[in-house]
Amino acid sequence: MSRRALLGWIGKTAGAGAMYQAMTSLGFAAESSHPDKLNLGGAKKGATVLVLGAGLAGMTSAYELRKAGYKVKVLEFNGRAGGRCWTLRGGDTYTELGGETQQCQFAEGNYINPGPWRVPYHHHHVMSYINEFNIAIEPFVQVNYNALVHSTKAFGGKPQRYREVQADYQGYAAELLGKALNQNALDEALTHEDREKLFESLRHWGALDAKGDYKKSHEVSLRRGFAIPPGGGLSPKPEPSEPFDQSTLIQSELWKYIVNGQDIEFQSSIFQPVGGMDNIAKAFEKRVGELIEYNAKVTKIAQSDTGVTVNYEQQGVAKTAQADWCVCTIPLSILSQIPVQTSSGMQAAIRSLPYAASVKVGLEFKRRFWEQDEAIYGGVSYTNLPITNISYPSTKFCDKGKGVLLGAYVWGANAFEFTSLSPKERVKKAVEYGKQIHPQYAEEFDNGISVGWHRVPWTQGCYGLWTEEKRAEHYENLCQVDGRLVLAGEHASNLPAWQEGAISSAHDAIKRLHQKALSTMA
Amino acid sequence: MNKTIKLLISVFLLFVSTCLYATDDAGFSEGANFEEVTGEALYHAICQGCHMTNAEGAQGAGKYPALAKNPKLAAGAYVIYMVSNGMGGMPPLKQYLSDEQIAEVVNYTRSHFGNHFTDVVDADDVKTIAQR
Repeated sequence: MSRRALLGWIGKTAGAGAMYQAMTSLGFAAESSHPDKLNLGGAKKGATVLVLGAGLAGMTSAYELRKAGYKVKVLEFNGRAGGRCWTLRGGDTYTELGGETQQCQFAEGNYINPGPWRVPYHHHHVMSYINEFNIAIEPFVQVNYNALVHSTKAFGGKPQRYREVQADYQGYAAELLGKALNQNALDEALTHEDREKLFESLRHWGALDAKGDYKKSHEVSLRRGFAIPPGGGLSPKPEPSEPFDQSTLIQSELWKYIVNGQDIEFQSSIFQPVGGMDNIAKAFEKRVGELIEYNAKVTKIAQSDTGVTVNYEQQGVAKTAQADWCVCTIPLSILSQIPVQTSSGMQAAIRSLPYAASVKVGLEFKRRFWEQDEAIYGGVSYTNLPITNISYPSTKFCDKGKGVLLGAYVWGANAFEFTSLSPKERVKKAVEYGKQIHPQYAEEFDNGISVGWHRVPWTQGCYGLWTEEKRAEHYENLCQVDGRLVLAGEHASNLPAWQEGAISSAHDAIKRLHQKALSTMA
Repeated sequence: MNKTIKLLISVFLLFVSTCLYATDDAGFSEGANFEEVTGEALYHAICQGCHMTNAEGAQGAGKYPALAKNPKLAAGAYVIYMVSNGMGGMPPLKQYLSDEQIAEVVNYTRSHFGNHFTDVVDADDVKTIAQR
């Protein structure tokens, strides 16, 4: 079965979410090309561009087009810039669809990124602006060997250490392959020399003993940890730990969780802006903020041979903006509800894309018990509970004050269920479930805030949920310069949900728009 | 009606309503699919996320249409299609739901929230329309 055929099959049987996961794990969706220095230059004198949306795609477009000489204006629905590049801190309020307002009660310096929270090293477009704007970043701890993996159906519901599951799974896999080798099962597949070298590599890879067995030993404990760790002086003699029973480990399904950090999207080095993801948005806003009109709700987009006319409402007042060209970054979940004058192909594309359900819950605790009690510094614990994972802050390690962790990060069916709850209930459920992994929750929980992306008033969903079939039918139409209009955003990229998708899409869109502007009369 | 019977009935109703709302007793689905069974439980676990508790819809940069008192729900087939295949930003939900569950939630929505459509749809109707 070819990789593409396999993906198609996964898409059909398990749905788009699963396919996207498979695509990333097959390295299909992840890499973005290294940007050339975007140097548009030489806009026609007096040429104007209207940018709709002041998220990263919109602000990138505004920044680069103004640099090229265009007169730029940006319309933004919210009273702030950034879109999904968004951080909630103490004192912030957030009102979701349905009208419930949450006030973030986090202590000074604590925050949660409800949207994107990581910047992989190979997201070159994001990294280039981080460099250009001197945005402070720090390592994001994706893989933490001392974090937990948990299933209600394995090990009596007791969470296990990532490193123990990782070492044992790798060790047993190496041992079994070694046995297959020595029982001549691979004689046809490998030459004698390769079999010898492979056996040597398996011993090395799995921490096997001379005979090729994976069992309790000093070497194995150097991977999975010791029962009594080595110490100084007259402290107790080190004692190696006992690996899990092989069958129990295989049946536990905890091995599901130990590959995440190997996906290219999560490989080291991976970063986060110091103090919150929206520092990227703020750096853009600092440069293009004076071009942005806030609280502007777009109601209609029309175009002619000579320009674009956009109707919008601002504090109940109907207004109109006109320009020669338009870059529209409004999420398709919203744009599909607005009359837009475009080709039928682009119309169909705009209306083709469903938006994913996703939920994040930020929980603040009175102290960083995960560090103080369990030596978990950053990283992610995984569980089969509806909260899916718990991510510990990759910053301010050993801080003595309150700490905020990501108490739920949910996709799929459970994300719909979480979204359906009130904000307060979501926090309550995240605490209840999390307690099964960290009993300290009961004593230490202080406050929390939750964002269900389908309830976000300006996106009505998390990101555009492409399938391979939909891309084949609509993607090219979506990305065309249609008359005087071009779309940009993560939805117009092959990196769905990532900021890199938004920015690289903006670069590509404005390059083509600029070319068209230069070659068009008047 | 004497007081004891009144009390018994209200206790019974309270019991019934707690049973039917999966979201009220930490009743999240355990697998990749929705495990709620009744139309009421399914509505409050899924649809409510966007269309809201009383199906009143919501308005932001765009809107979620109200399903309450919505004449578009007259055609059962249309509602089945929307739930199964989605439309615009609305995700298709058939990947998470059985034909029976889709029929249940469609019937529930068409007969509640001020909607009084008396014809019911069944799993066979869903099978035809959902085109899995």
